Amino acid sequence: MRFAGAIAVALLIAGSAFAAEIPQAERRSGYDFMKPDTKAMQDEDTANPGMLWVLDGESLWKRKLGAANKACADCHDDARTSMKGVAARYPAFDKAAARPVDLEQRINSCRSNHQQATPLPFESRELLALTAFVARQSRGARIETSSDPQLAPFIEKGRELYLQRQGQLNLGCTNCHDDNWDKRLAGSAITQGHPTGYPLYRLEWQSLGSLQRRLRACITGIRAQAYDYGAPELVELELYLMSRARGMAVEAPAVRP
Amino acid sequence: MASALINVPAKAKRGDIIEIKTLMSHIMETGYRHMASGELVPRDIITSFTCRFNGSEIFRADLFPAIAANPFITFFTTATESGKFEFEWIGDQGFSETASASITVE
Repeated sequence: MRFAGAIAVALLIAGSAFAAEIPQAERRSGYDFMKPDTKAMQDEDTANPGMLWVLDGESLWKRKLGAANKACADCHDDARTSMKGVAARYPAFDKAAARPVDLEQRINSCRSNHQQATPLPFESRELLALTAFVARQSRGARIETSSDPQLAPFIEKGRELYLQRQGQLNLGCTNCHDDNWDKRLAGSAITQGHPTGYPLYRLEWQSLGSLQRRLRACITGIRAQAYDYGAPELVELELYLMSRARGMAVEAPAVRP
Repeated sequence: MASALINVPAKAKRGDIIEIKTLMSHIMETGYRHMASGELVPRDIITSFTCRFNGSEIFRADLFPAIAANPFITFFTTATESGKFEFEWIGDQGFSETASASITVE
């Protein structure tokens, strides 16, 4: 009897897990929710302000620095080929850290280990520029983050955080982005929350910003205490969101309202 | 790390109306915001944008604090002859940037 009860509970948990995920055919990028003029900004590289960071990133890619006096290009050569599809696979498992790292953290660990330079602060112009430049090389690539089996426990942690109700408004990510994505919150569309275009240019920010910045803004919005930049919880959430968006095309650098 | 993105058609027929699009990297700090310490953040905006074609001015705009960061300025002109567009942005705190683009008119 107790065994049967355990099975029933297991089925219930499994059932809720399936209910939470948006079926592949119904997955929509935030792009689909935008007005035509904002779409036009993203579609044309000379109108997309995110490309200003990509340009900066391209020059940083070639700049020699640090005690090693090495540029990114000295190891990775032409980013157009070496970085193609890379952003579609991040956050990825890092053996040294024994946990997933996102693209910004990977760039910074490359800086400290190989260039022997000081890591760049989160959301600094330079780190965003390098991330945007690297992510740009994956535009159109299909997100495939979840294929590494070592990531599984971290994806699960991210999923738990995604489902967890928190803050003074007592909301979990899922309450908006799975349950109510076809509706509006005040004047704004509630999207499905797929991180297909990061780092992206938000008109509200007047700047490019990372996925962590977006997540922190959302967490503050539900009146919970936001995790610090680089916190393991944020990376796990990023990881779950990428696994939830698997198969969708990378748009970086995207434009959002 | 100021940089500009320019979109000018490489070729046009004589008499065609063409669109010129420019995007300049700039924070456009209004001068009305305060820091946490209470001090005013000094104004830092682009104040003027000029476009010259083969040396003569064809478009000019004055910019003000209410204009968003990274100003995107587009305008139309008539393609009359082959030549070079020269763009210039001038702003606060000695900001000065230039860019250029060529067009072939057939």
